[in-house]
Amino acid sequence: MKLRVDYKASLRLVGTVLKYLAVPLCFPLVVALYYGESVLPFVLTMAVTVLVGMGLERLAEEPDIGAREGFLMVATTWFAVTLVGAIPFLIEAHGVPFVAPAVHPESTLGNPANALFETMSGFTTTGATVLGDISFETHTRSIMMWRQLTQWLGGMGIVVLAVAILPELSVGGAQLMDAEAPGPGIEKLTPRIAETARALWGAYLGLTVLEIVLLYGLHVTGNAPNMDVYNAIAHGLTTMPTGGFSPEARSIEAFSAAAQWVIIPFMIAAGTNFALFWHVLTGEPKRLFRDTEFKSYLGIIGVISAILAAVLFVGDGLVSVAPVGETYDQFYLETVRTAIIGNVEPSLRQSLFQVVSIITTTGYASTDFNAWSSTAQYVLLFAMFIGGSAGSTGGAIKIVRWYVILKSLRRELFTTAHPEAIRPVRLAGRAVDERAIRGIYAFTLLYLVMFFISTGLLHLDAARIDLNLSVLESMSAVAATLGNVGPGFGVVGPMGSYLDFSNSSKLYMVLLMWMGRLEILPVFVLFTPEYWRR
Amino acid sequence: MRVIIVGAGQVGSSIAADLDSTHEVVIVDCDPERVDELNYSLDVLAIHGDGTSVDTLQEAGIERADMVIASTDDDETNIVVCATAKAVSSAFTIARVKNTEYLRTWQHSEKAFGIDFMVCTNLLAAESIVRVVGLPAARDVDPFAGGQVQMAEFEVEDESPVANQTVSEADRFDSLTFAAILREGAVTIPRGDTVIRPGDRVVVIGSPQSVQGFATTLSPDESAGTAEEVVIVGGSEIGYHVARLLEERGFKPRLLEQDPDRARELAEQLPGTIVMESDATDIDFLEREYIGDADMLVSALDSDEKNLLVSLLAARLGVERTVAVIDTTPYVDLFEAVGVDVGVSPREVVAEEITRFTREGGAENVALIESDKAEVLEIEVDENSTLAGKPIRESVAALPEGVVIGAITRRREFITPRGNTVIEPGDHVVVFVDGSVVGDVAPKL
Repeated sequence: MKLRVDYKASLRLVGTVLKYLAVPLCFPLVVALYYGESVLPFVLTMAVTVLVGMGLERLAEEPDIGAREGFLMVATTWFAVTLVGAIPFLIEAHGVPFVAPAVHPESTLGNPANALFETMSGFTTTGATVLGDISFETHTRSIMMWRQLTQWLGGMGIVVLAVAILPELSVGGAQLMDAEAPGPGIEKLTPRIAETARALWGAYLGLTVLEIVLLYGLHVTGNAPNMDVYNAIAHGLTTMPTGGFSPEARSIEAFSAAAQWVIIPFMIAAGTNFALFWHVLTGEPKRLFRDTEFKSYLGIIGVISAILAAVLFVGDGLVSVAPVGETYDQFYLETVRTAIIGNVEPSLRQSLFQVVSIITTTGYASTDFNAWSSTAQYVLLFAMFIGGSAGSTGGAIKIVRWYVILKSLRRELFTTAHPEAIRPVRLAGRAVDERAIRGIYAFTLLYLVMFFISTGLLHLDAARIDLNLSVLESMSAVAATLGNVGPGFGVVGPMGSYLDFSNSSKLYMVLLMWMGRLEILPVFVLFTPEYWRR
Repeated sequence: MRVIIVGAGQVGSSIAADLDSTHEVVIVDCDPERVDELNYSLDVLAIHGDGTSVDTLQEAGIERADMVIASTDDDETNIVVCATAKAVSSAFTIARVKNTEYLRTWQHSEKAFGIDFMVCTNLLAAESIVRVVGLPAARDVDPFAGGQVQMAEFEVEDESPVANQTVSEADRFDSLTFAAILREGAVTIPRGDTVIRPGDRVVVIGSPQSVQGFATTLSPDESAGTAEEVVIVGGSEIGYHVARLLEERGFKPRLLEQDPDRARELAEQLPGTIVMESDATDIDFLEREYIGDADMLVSALDSDEKNLLVSLLAARLGVERTVAVIDTTPYVDLFEAVGVDVGVSPREVVAEEITRFTREGGAENVALIESDKAEVLEIEVDENSTLAGKPIRESVAALPEGVVIGAITRRREFITPRGNTVIEPGDHVVVFVDGSVVGDVAPKL
């Protein structure tokens, strides 16, 4: 155990990650070249990442990573990549003085707070957007591809990726992955942590490619008219990380029912513990359906979707007149109603798509669920807290935590009647360590406290700038950013954006997304004096 | 057959005493006084020495030995004794262990450590305890013919409905045979007009259903079957295995363990058991948890005295039946006399298991009644058997007194033995044999 936090070692590793960020930046660069767009946003950013990265690398010779350095490194990495990742957006909107003019000066990402928000939303796979206009008129295809790529990089985790490919992280890598990986604890799949990280990224990459191929296949066979190569790649890159940045303003509503049906299982897969895929591929497919969390996950999706589908089918889940204060196209509402009510396939598809999208925290929308009744919306708000499985790319509280909490509450009831009874909380037959249970309680409580305080702050700040928000809208905005879900309701709904919030609110939500992705505790611990003292 | 027994403790001496009349027994122990004592008390050759050393084993005549039984109180010693014996001879080796992990390792190959047969004290004790669960008033239950036949020993209480009835009155079951009545230490082979007196113990052989039915007749007030509420006191290895075996049979037992760490460990290993961390002599606790309402309490603490105390306390609170683990074999009778319903001695159970394994003849399975007063044998009948091919009435007449054909299974079907039943070669027969004629009868069957 070290006496003091070796922050230089942490920053050095952040530098290494930053330096290698230049490699993924090549992808939008290629896209820019292909479409004949300006390559400046990417070339300049690459220069920055390499320079800053190499500068930070000079801080320490051989970094030695302990648990505390791990927290600092992981938390800082996410902030650092966000700062650098925002540069292309700024260059696109402002250009570079004396070198190049702005490509799209009308882009809302010219505001640094917005650029930061969009980048953090991307890397944390939140999918909340501040784009004023999601179209190729106001943004280049390459800059949109960068926006999508941030989600893909953030999905399985930049740090996990770093552990997978950087030999200098072979020692201490487990600590780093533990600090970053969603859910309580990590499961070592192989004796070497780098191999575990590679296995997870391999499964992630494989599923992404499969989805892109299938989506494009639909296009080729004429079943998905709008799903061209660009869109297939864009949606592959944003489904598997449960991100939700679609280059289409209407999100997945812009595509055919067939494309929507293809995306649903991939969202479900993205919300599944990736270690399970590894087991399936290494010859233990039974583990998938023996896994308690996976079974509960499918069960929860099934039950909630069935309820919503029924509500939609009979028409109770849809509004017929836009709520007061909303500027809804009455024609749109009517179209949606006639398409869904009394029709099995659309009501099933729409409810399943939205429920899966919200539970896995992907944040795509196959319809504007602002046009749903408030009952249906509260069900979705509730689903925002469930989250995906541990070890998935999904956010929020996660099923395994709820499962452990419910079981330990039942245990509490039992031991009230039988004080001497010893009852371990079991997860798939194995007893859960009491310390882990305490950690789960702490996390969940902190999550809910953060949720309520933030809702209050956001609501007040919105009132300050005369932005008229309902409580449901404020709650959904916080739940969607803290849980890395993306869209909320009302103004921040699936077809809307977070643009109207004040800069201070947006920066606050940047913090929320950051905390949500790192699961709060690693962030909070950085702000305790105990962490910095020995 | 030359048998070398290493370890002259209770188990070793008990096996030696069972075998000395029929085999050439050499017993090895490192306590010189114990060795002297055995040389005088039993018809065996007792040698002083370390059973793990080749020299000692050679002194005991290992090269001529047919069987080596390692029965010291130490698992590792027993394993080394067997491995050593295997290295220098071709004797059949039997080891007694307490740790079930060794048993599991051995079961993987049935050859591990150079051991040919391994018996696990704790597991055997637990199994014999679990067998009496579900049979009210049963003191001992042994399965035969792969579970198709059960032998059970019952105690007849004063208020029992069969007390003072004749055997033919008491026998209300088709597939049940009254094999013996044990009265004041003597074995009687009952006839139809024999009167069953209170305090007698009856040995019955029959199908599990009929034995169950008889158990219910004996004590109609006690609940029977799977609804039993079992409390296990003490999370020893035996306590753990009792809970585990009961879980396997669908029970939801309660287990009391005083040590917090052990209690937690047990709770993690036993998903179907409610583990409670408490002192089993805390009367407030026992009352609060309604322990008195339990059908059965198994006391498996590590001291005989505590087990006696807990059993008596439980009986007083109203537990229907108490089973106590008793380490010191001679205490079994004493404890049963003062109020423990069933006393189980792990050492006796192991000695019995080893003895039954070493029995000569074609017996598939043996149960000992009252240590050696009588035996229940399961044999597969072949052409040369006295029993083959004739009605039981005739074959029994050809055998000495004290033999009862208890049950027959033919191709895993239960057949009730009656006077004119003809036994065919290949049948499995469960026979009750009085101890005094076993030597005579066994070779003829």
